[in-house]
Amino acid sequence: MVTEDTNHEGGQVKKFLYLNRRAPHGTNYAQEGLEVALIGAAFDQDVAMAYTDDGVFQLKKDQDTSDIGTKNFSATYGALGDYDVTRVYVELESLARRGLTKEDLMPLVYEDEDDDWEEKPLIRFVSEAELRDIIEEHDVILNF
Amino acid sequence: MKFAVLVNEGPYTHQASDSAYRFAQAALDEGHEVTRVFFYHDGVNNGTRLTTPPQDDRHIANRWSELGKEHGVDLVVCVAAAQRRGIVDEDEQRRNGKDGNNIADGFRISGLGQLIEAGIQSDRLISFGD
Repeated sequence: MVTEDTNHEGGQVKKFLYLNRRAPHGTNYAQEGLEVALIGAAFDQDVAMAYTDDGVFQLKKDQDTSDIGTKNFSATYGALGDYDVTRVYVELESLARRGLTKEDLMPLVYEDEDDDWEEKPLIRFVSEAELRDIIEEHDVILNF
Repeated sequence: MKFAVLVNEGPYTHQASDSAYRFAQAALDEGHEVTRVFFYHDGVNNGTRLTTPPQDDRHIANRWSELGKEHGVDLVVCVAAAQRRGIVDEDEQRRNGKDGNNIADGFRISGLGQLIEAGIQSDRLISFGD
């Protein structure tokens, strides 16, 4: 279903979901996917990120690419909150299957403008079934 | 219905560009509108005019060019992805001091904003990739 809402500037606001399914390195889908999300944030849309399958590795703490000679862009995830992305979903089953726990991920935060700019955790952990519902709720899904 | 299409893979190695083309053609045949095809990741490689596939094979770049011309479909190549992969138009050639350009007829190089805009303005954005 396509919802047609309007924002304060009179433009159309849609719910965008960036679905990240691949490891941060090995291919550059993760890096270029993140670039889209950050550019997209400038359009005053409702933007959420979701990490599933190998995509959960993108949010891993302490990434080091020095041995593979590719750019370590993991610090850029820290900017998501500054770009008004307030919902980052991580699928729990994907984490568990890869031997990862919540503590292995970067502690991303955002400042909640509706709550006196209090710093809040950005990542919301969801089950596979919940993620399915979240996908259903969005208008535009970009899959990287 | 108003469709926009996203192509995330290059020609020939992956079927994504073929499927996207066939989807766009089918949608147009059914009377729908295809406003824009956005080429991202290796998908930007669909927009070079320098490919010479064997004569008994499909010419993927030319096929897109013809679709763009016949139906007024906006064929947009992402500038950041294009710079990484050497897809160049006259402006980019000048700006980056390159010795040539290779953009195919009917394609234009522009920013990722064009993809977001396509998502906002179309009824459906259909992605083709792996």
